[in-house]
Formats: sequence, structure tokens, C-alpha cells
Amino acid sequence: MSKNNKLSQLYLVVVFLVLYAPILYLMYYSFNSAGTMHGFEGFTLEWYDEVFHDTRLLIIVLNTVVIALFSSAISTILGVVGALAIDRVRRSKPRNALLAMNNVLIVSPDVIIGASFLIFFTMIGIKLGFVSVLLSHIAFSVPIVVLMVLPKLQEMSPTLLDAARDLGASGWGVVTKVVIPFIRPGIFAGFFMALTYSLDDFAVTFFVTGNGFSTLSVEIYSRARHGISPSINALSTLIFLFTMILVVGYYFLTRRGNRRPEWGVQQP
Amino acid sequence: MKQLVRLFIAVFIVAGGLMYFTSYLNSSEGYSGSNTLTIYNWGDYVDPELIAEFEKESGLKVIYQTFDSNEAMMTKISQGGTTFDISIPSEYAIEKMKEDNLLLPIDHSKIPNLANIDSRFLDLSFDPDNEYSIPYFWGTVGIIYNSDLLGGKTFKSWNDLWSPDLRNQILLVDGAREVIGFGLNSLHYSLNDTNEDHLQEAKRKLGTLTPNVKAIVGDEIKMLLAQEEAAVGVVWSGDAAEIMGENDKLDYVIPEEGSNVWFDNMVIPKTARNIEGAHKFINFMLDPEHAAQNAEYVGYATPNAKARELLPEEISQDERFYPKEELTNKLEVYENLGKKMLSHYNELFLEFKMHRK
Amino acid sequence: MTKTRNLYLIPYIAWMLLFVATPIILIVYDSFFDVEGHFTWGNFQKFLTPVYLRMTFNSFWYAFLITLFSLLVAYPTAYWLRRTKHKQLWLLLIIVPSWINLLLKTYAFIGLFGTYGFVNSFLDWVGIGTQQILFTDFSFVFVSVYIFIPFMILPIYNSLEEINPSLLYASRDLGASPWMTFRRVVFPLTLGGVKAGCQAVFIPALSLFMITRLIAGNRVVTLGTAIEQHFLVTQDWGMGSAIAVLLIIVMAVIMIATGNRGARNTIR
Repeated sequence: MSKNNKLSQLYLVVVFLVLYAPILYLMYYSFNSAGTMHGFEGFTLEWYDEVFHDTRLLIIVLNTVVIALFSSAISTILGVVGALAIDRVRRSKPRNALLAMNNVLIVSPDVIIGASFLIFFTMIGIKLGFVSVLLSHIAFSVPIVVLMVLPKLQEMSPTLLDAARDLGASGWGVVTKVVIPFIRPGIFAGFFMALTYSLDDFAVTFFVTGNGFSTLSVEIYSRARHGISPSINALSTLIFLFTMILVVGYYFLTRRGNRRPEWGVQQP
Repeated sequence: MKQLVRLFIAVFIVAGGLMYFTSYLNSSEGYSGSNTLTIYNWGDYVDPELIAEFEKESGLKVIYQTFDSNEAMMTKISQGGTTFDISIPSEYAIEKMKEDNLLLPIDHSKIPNLANIDSRFLDLSFDPDNEYSIPYFWGTVGIIYNSDLLGGKTFKSWNDLWSPDLRNQILLVDGAREVIGFGLNSLHYSLNDTNEDHLQEAKRKLGTLTPNVKAIVGDEIKMLLAQEEAAVGVVWSGDAAEIMGENDKLDYVIPEEGSNVWFDNMVIPKTARNIEGAHKFINFMLDPEHAAQNAEYVGYATPNAKARELLPEEISQDERFYPKEELTNKLEVYENLGKKMLSHYNELFLEFKMHRK
Repeated sequence: MTKTRNLYLIPYIAWMLLFVATPIILIVYDSFFDVEGHFTWGNFQKFLTPVYLRMTFNSFWYAFLITLFSLLVAYPTAYWLRRTKHKQLWLLLIIVPSWINLLLKTYAFIGLFGTYGFVNSFLDWVGIGTQQILFTDFSFVFVSVYIFIPFMILPIYNSLEEINPSLLYASRDLGASPWMTFRRVVFPLTLGGVKAGCQAVFIPALSLFMITRLIAGNRVVTLGTAIEQHFLVTQDWGMGSAIAVLLIIVMAVIMIATGNRGARNTIR
């Protein structure tokens, strides 16, 4: 048993090492005075200084975060509603049709979604900028939330619902008291996946943005032609450290408070 | 459920707060006023100090937005919905934009500094009389190579790429016109050739190059060559200058059969609001001192004759990047071959990519 | 019951009509026009040429490999992660790396996998000697798995968490070996999560682009790359849309085929 434990721990260590290797690599070269991603010359904080003096970059970072938070929260709500809706369709044909529709946006390459959203938004006269970017991020995040929530709904045994109803719970009561707590892990998974999609998206955002609004991915990609400056590495390092502190700190704070963190699975 | 609701409310509050803060930053930077000039450019393709200086001189606030390919930029401009006062496309894109009526004519009387531009770079086939565009930077396509890794081997022609000792050593830039173009050039055809037999011949010849090709890549070609991942690359001269700045073992050559010459140009797209400001900006950038400062920052060759005089001699007399006139006469600009032909070029290039050992 | 069902469907269907149906209609419409704007069936005919058929085969083959390896890596990770202390924190730390810009991480991989990169120095040190890693099928599949792994781990983890521990005790008390318990009890109970994970990986993997160029050096040309090229380089939106339409049809077929099996599972 303990041998098995060692093995599993080793396995997890390797997985985490691989996951964080490229990030450590980026962080390492953010201190490179040569200004490149190879051949470490000497230690410098020059690139960090550059980041702190670049208000434009700061605005872009904030835009990115705002869009990511809003879009993932809204798309989680929409996605949960969507999953509840699909779950209630019992006949298999319309159900599969709905599911296929749901997946269209996941399978369509970003460029196509971006281009068609651009045509769509200019057609109905939405000004390109914050609103158009937010709407399209919500649009491509909802399907992934549905995909994450639906299996949980399917696992729920009908007897549970019947029991709740027999005990006199109303339709709304069943949903809030029984269904939502049960599918909570799926909701969190969906939320974090949506956040990931939003933070990483370049192609869709590029097409639907305008009027001075920009996100970090768009900025980074457009810099590729002339070489990405290490100040971007420095910025990513800062964002990464900030996220880590936030995540770890929040985890331990909520844990101490009620011994039950906000995300993940509810202990039975 | 309660926790879930609380978490979502927290997310909304944080996001809203950040949004308020962003708009505060925007207004404190002066971006919200109407007195702005929006520049749509490649990322990091102008010296930010010059932008700051222009803002001070003109009293305008510059908004800098970025794109990563000519085609994506054209799509955005043709769809409208957003303001761009200045853009900097490549010459083939300008031809297309002209056709699609995406450009506004430039009033030369408002740009006295136009006289600084070398006359070789004015009145070119893609824009006669520079009605719509003003040259910004220019360059060529050529071979960059690392003699150290190749035992002292040097290059002078496209056909040197086919040498059997270069197995798995060449990186190509991911562009249909560039690759089919040097295929045609190596056979001594024009890189604007549309003769089907010549194109097929070029495709067959390129097919025999595949054992030497390590990869076909995009902008990362600079990083790969500087890291000595491969010994040879077919690149734009601007990229070559950057690579050589990082790794001085590399050398660049414009092949003797001829090659492509490219231009990036300032234009005023039809989405412009501040046309007056756009002219001011173009004139500002053509000032010899500003152009020289920008050329040093970006590292590309400037078409501005007065500015070139101001550059340090080791840059301005470097024949690899400022070739003499005999050689420039052999270089060709990409002509607009029409959509049908262009798509045929792309099909050929796709077949070349799929042609694997 | 009927009433509530309709209520949930309303926002979801409205969203689908706006952001899914509209792009599909635009894509289908575009796919019938050639570069010069004339109506044509030619785009679909062109798809039937050997070049595109081989590309289709490639895309499916690589998507399959990526999904398979993601599953092979993700399942043990999720399984062992569940038994660690602070498991929710570790789970979240699996997602955090995907919040760093993909292009930057890809550049880091180029640095790590390069001829003079970290991995090759290590191989050299071990005595295996320098290998070409970059621009091979291996690096392509590796980086793709890296990108998609959180999308696989999350649903599997959630389904593992759902398993009632008493089932495992029962199985052990009845004399089943740990392997037997896993094969007969645990794995079948997590099939839902596995299926959700496979969908969340396989479908986007079909239309991968960018890393086909960055990591595989265009040695792998997938449908996603072709669409990207047609939209952004050739500006042949018709052909790009035609490929997208076929991709969507194929995806729908897969969904309907696997969806039926899924329905049977839920009845069990």
C-alpha cells in the first residue's frame, strides 16, 4: 500500500512538473538582460520596470480580467440553465439535436466564429468594443459549461428528485435545494473552463474588438511579428504569481473559516 | 446554493470594480476625449517615444491598436464598426484595399516631408503617384545562413538551397508567394509568373527540396534561427536584421537570380475620423530625424533618403539591407495576380506542405 | 413538469438562435460562393480531392491520438489527486497554468524542445544524445495534450468524487482485489466523466491550428490549419466555410452516434 502511495505521489509530481515547466521557463527569462528567450546573459529587473511604466499595458490587462470574470460568470449561469433544459428533454432525437447544436461553437475554428460574429455585430449595429467582446466570449463559453454540467445532471438518480417532490418541495425548491448542490462540482468546472477559454482566446476577440479596446492575447499575438519583448514575460510572471497568491490564499482562508472551500466538491 | 450565489456576486463586484478603475485610468490618460488619433499597426512597429513626442507636438491623444496579419486587418477595416485613422499594410494589401475602396486619397500638399523619400521608392506599380500610400519601411526576401554550422559554406543563389548536404537544415517562412516565388526565381522565371507550365515546374522543383526542409514556420523563425535550431532560413530582410542583431554568426544574402522587394506603407483607411490628424502624423514620421530614430528602433531599412544619412554608417552603408541600385533593379514587387491566381498559388503551396517524405 | 421544462428552454434557445444559428447560417451561405463571389458547388467538390481527404484523415488521426493520450495521463492524475490532502487546491493548480497565454507557453516549449534546449541537454547528460524533438509528431501530440489536459481531468475527477465510498468497501469485503474493484466498480461508474472529457478534448482537437505551425512546423496540416489559411491568408472564405460545414456535419454525426449510447448508460 505504501509503495503504491509513493508511486502515485511520484506520478503527480511529474505531472505538475510538466505542467509548470514552460511557465518556469518564461519566468526565468523575464530576468534575462539579453532580452531574449535563450542564452541567459545576466540578471536584470529592467523588464519589470518597463511593465510598471506602461499604463497602456495595465489597461489591457485589466480589460482582459474584467472580460474574463464577467463572461465566465454569465456563461456559467446561462450554461447551467441550458444543461437543465437539455436534461429535461427526454426523447433522444431532439435531445441529440440540441447537444449537436451546443457543440457547434466548440468545433468551429475560432477564426470562423470571430469572422461571423464580426459580420453579425456590424449587421445589427453593435459598436465594436467591450460589449461585442463580452457577448462573444459568453457565446463560446456557454457550450463548454453545458458539457461540464450535463454529466452531473445525468448521474442524479430520479429517486432523489421524486423523494424531494414527495416531501413537498416545489419545482423551484427542488432545483435550488437538491439539483444545484448536487451539480456544484460541474458548475465550478464549467466556470473555471470558461475563465480559461476567455483568458486564452485570441482569434475571436481580435475580430470583434475595436475603438481602442484590446485584450492581452491580441496584444501578444500582434507583437509576434517583431519579436515578443521580455516585458511580456515579466508581465506574465507577475500575473502568474498574483493568481497563485490569490488561489492559495483564498483556499486556506475559506478552509479555516468553514472547513469547506468554495469550489470543488461538497463533502458528504 | 448560498455559497454559490455569494461567490457569483463577489465575482460581479470585483469585475465591476476593476471596470470602473479601468475607465478611470483611461480618462486620466486622456483616451476618452474626441481629440484622438487611432493608429492600427503591427505590434511594436513604431518607437513609442515618437508617439509621445507626436502627442506633445500635435496635442492629439494617440490610441494604438494592433493586428497580426494584413488579411485580418483588411477584414476589420472592410467591416467597419470601429475607427482607424492610420494603418500600415504591406504593398500587396494596398492594391487589394484600393480595389475594394477601403482607402482615402492622401493630400500631398499637407505632407511637405514627402520630398525626403528616395525617389526610387515613389510612384511604384502598386500605387501610382502615391495617391493612397506613403512608404514606411522596405526590404527584400533572401537567404540567411550560419556558416559556422555548415563548415564555412556560403550562399549566393536560390539553387544553393538544393545542395544535398543541407538535409533537414532549412527553415522556410510560411508564405505562399514567398515560397512559390523563390521556386520560380530559382528557375529564372519571374516571381509573378502565371504560366501554368512554369508553376507546375516550380512545384515539382520545390518538391525535391523537401528533404532539406526542417519546418515551415511563421514569426518564430527569428527565434529558431537565432537559437541555431537550423542553419539556413528563407526570410524577409527585416527579420534577418533582427536575427543578426541577436546572433552575429549569421549572414544574409539576396540571391543573384533576383528576389522580392516589399514595402510597408502608411495609409488612411476609409474608417478614418481624424483625417487632418492622420496627415499630420504621416508628415511627422517622414521628418528625417524622426524617421531615423524610428529606423533605429524597429531595425528595418528606411526609404527616407535624408533619414538614412543620419543613421550610423555601419547601418546605412550595409549593402545587405540597403542594396545598390544594380541589384534593386533585379528585385520585383509582388503584383496583384487576381484572386483566382492567388488562390491557385495557395493550393500549390498547400500541396507542397502536404508533400512529405 | 412540462411548464418548468419550457421555462428553462427559453433563455437557452434564445441564446442558441442568436449566437449559434446565426454563425452557422452565415457559414453555410458563404460556403456556396467562390473567391470572386459567384455561386458554386466547387468548394465541396474540391474537398473531395486527395489533398483535402488526406488532411481530413490526418485531423481525425491526430485528434484521436491527442484524446487517447490525454485520457491515459488524466485518469491516473485525477484518480490519485482525489486521495491527496488539499485535493481541491491541487485540482485548481492543474487549471492555473492554462491561464498563461498560449503563444508564450508555446514559445517556451520551443525553447525547451530545441536542439540546444533543456530537454536535449538532459538527454545528452543521461547519455541518450541529442534528438530532434521539435517539429515531430511526438512534440505535436505532447503539446496538444498539455493544452487539453485540464479539460479531461476535471470531469473525470468530478465523477470519481461522486462514487459512494460504501460501494468500494462492499467490493473489498466481497474479496475483490484493488484492480478488480477498479475495473468492475470504479471505472464503469466514471464513464460519464470520461465521455464528457473525451468530447471536450476530441472536438476542439479536430480544429487545432497555430501549434501545427509552431510546434509541428507545418509537418502536420489539419483541417483547422486549412480553414485558418483560407480565412486569413487566401481570403477564400467560401472554401474555408465549406470545410467548416463538413466539420460541423461530422461532429453532429459523432454526437448523435455516441449520444445514443450515452442515453442507454443513463438508463442503467
